[in-house]
Amino acid sequence: MKVPSSVVPYIQVAPLALVLLVFFGIPLVTVVVVSFFDYVNFQTVPAFMFYNYEEVFSSGLTVTLYLTMLKYSVIVWLITLIVGFTVSYFLVFHVRSLLWKIFFFLVCTVPFWTSNIIRMISWIPVLGRNGLVNQTLMGLGLIDEPLDFLLFSDFSVIVAYVHLFTLFMVVTLFNSMARIDPAILEAAVDAGASRWQVITQVVIPLTKTGIALGSIFVVTLVMGDFFVVKIMSGGQSSSAVYAMWNEIAMLQYPSAAASAVILLLVVVLMAAAILRVVDVRKELSG
Amino acid sequence: MAQHRKRPWTFYVLATFFALFVLFLYGPMLAIYILSFQGPTGGLTFPMNGVSLHWFQALFEQQRTGDFSGSFSRSILLAFLVMICTVTFSVMAGLAFRRRFFGASAIFYMAVASLVMPGLFLSLGIGLIFRVIDMPTNWFSSALGAQLTWSLPFGLLIMFAVLSRFDRSYEEAARDLGATNRQTLQYVVLPILFPGLIAVALFGFTLSYDEFPRTLLTVGPGNTLPLEIYAMTTTVTSPALYALGTVTTVVSFAAIILSLGSIAIIQWRRGGRFRK
Repeated sequence: MKVPSSVVPYIQVAPLALVLLVFFGIPLVTVVVVSFFDYVNFQTVPAFMFYNYEEVFSSGLTVTLYLTMLKYSVIVWLITLIVGFTVSYFLVFHVRSLLWKIFFFLVCTVPFWTSNIIRMISWIPVLGRNGLVNQTLMGLGLIDEPLDFLLFSDFSVIVAYVHLFTLFMVVTLFNSMARIDPAILEAAVDAGASRWQVITQVVIPLTKTGIALGSIFVVTLVMGDFFVVKIMSGGQSSSAVYAMWNEIAMLQYPSAAASAVILLLVVVLMAAAILRVVDVRKELSG
Repeated sequence: MAQHRKRPWTFYVLATFFALFVLFLYGPMLAIYILSFQGPTGGLTFPMNGVSLHWFQALFEQQRTGDFSGSFSRSILLAFLVMICTVTFSVMAGLAFRRRFFGASAIFYMAVASLVMPGLFLSLGIGLIFRVIDMPTNWFSSALGAQLTWSLPFGLLIMFAVLSRFDRSYEEAARDLGATNRQTLQYVVLPILFPGLIAVALFGFTLSYDEFPRTLLTVGPGNTLPLEIYAMTTTVTSPALYALGTVTTVVSFAAIILSLGSIAIIQWRRGGRFRK
């Protein structure tokens, strides 16, 4: 039997497209539909009403939640961007041997393939009241009492996020920078540019796509975070997703669905804002 | 040439920064691996109260720390299933995307959207669907699908990167020599792409093995390991938690070393053959 060659791509792409349709497309629609449903006595009832959204918007808690999450994403985005840029810049332009470059790059990416929860928990014995940092500082005589702000605070939340997500910046920025022809940098130097000017006027514009991709990863990961805020803040604050989880645990599916839709809209808007700057598809296929 | 050029002072500043970054990445992880060998009377922080395997043994006592062995074997099996599906489906889709076809960009954007989608959103959606069609959620059905929405986009993006470096003239040469489509794929395309396939497999395995939010509402009656660990963070306050961390990381590292090692060996042998 001979398959006409124009049909081949459809057969090849079918399994992936089907899985995404069934487990991504349909659930997406379902959640949106259910967000307009009613619930009575823990029972979800088909309806078309905006009550779930009114409920979410009328609660001052939601606003606080989203403001907290936005604050975390902006701070984490800035730190991961600066750290990721510096690390990639070093790897691409300062490490001369290709073998070392690949090795160091892998050193940066290996944690990605290990458990996020374990990596997050690993900060507890480091930052805790009797943790390594406090023990060291007290041993050196720099402080008399353990620092309390280190763990279960905004500080530890941000440290955990930066620890978990910086590698997304490193990978995307490394990828962009590695495509820059070193001759361009030499030309800039020959034309009298200072080190700083080379970075701001040559390297940054040429890595715009990498910056955009990395930013989308970091921002959406922080906004979609489930447990980091909850555990690393010691239960003091909670993420938007965690609030949703509470509604699910109380079987209030329609209101959980409404929260989910709002969260998705916020994430999509943030990603779209970043994409306005860059055409990502061009970057990926180019 | 470049070897003898004097390094600028910025090199040393950046090298120090990089070293600190690596310490930041690995330091805390090292701390919990060491602490998992804490003596039986030891606590959650340093100093070590002797060295023992006590907390690893504690893992296998079901009542104390939950169902470790069950969730562990479930996670491994699921990770293999996800790995096989991810490799097969992404390679096929990657090959499809080399040509123009109707709906290509719709599928591409669906994959990207699936990647940045908050995990619990999908978990909720899939959970609701299984409720509606009155099917019980289970790790090998709903959770498998949920995890694929996360691993397939990664697989597809890696295939794009791999295929963009693939020289199509090898394929044409095979055809000119009379190979059928199937032979071209089996004896030319797949062997050349093989290191890339290993990379896709590594992502498929580890992304599934560590997945949390998408699995949460789709896993059904038995937990996977990350869900078990999460439950432990609130109930277990002993170094057994760290022991579990060490065990899961050993598995991840085994997967990483196995795949990166085989990629390195293949590339090295290829380099050698080409040089001769």
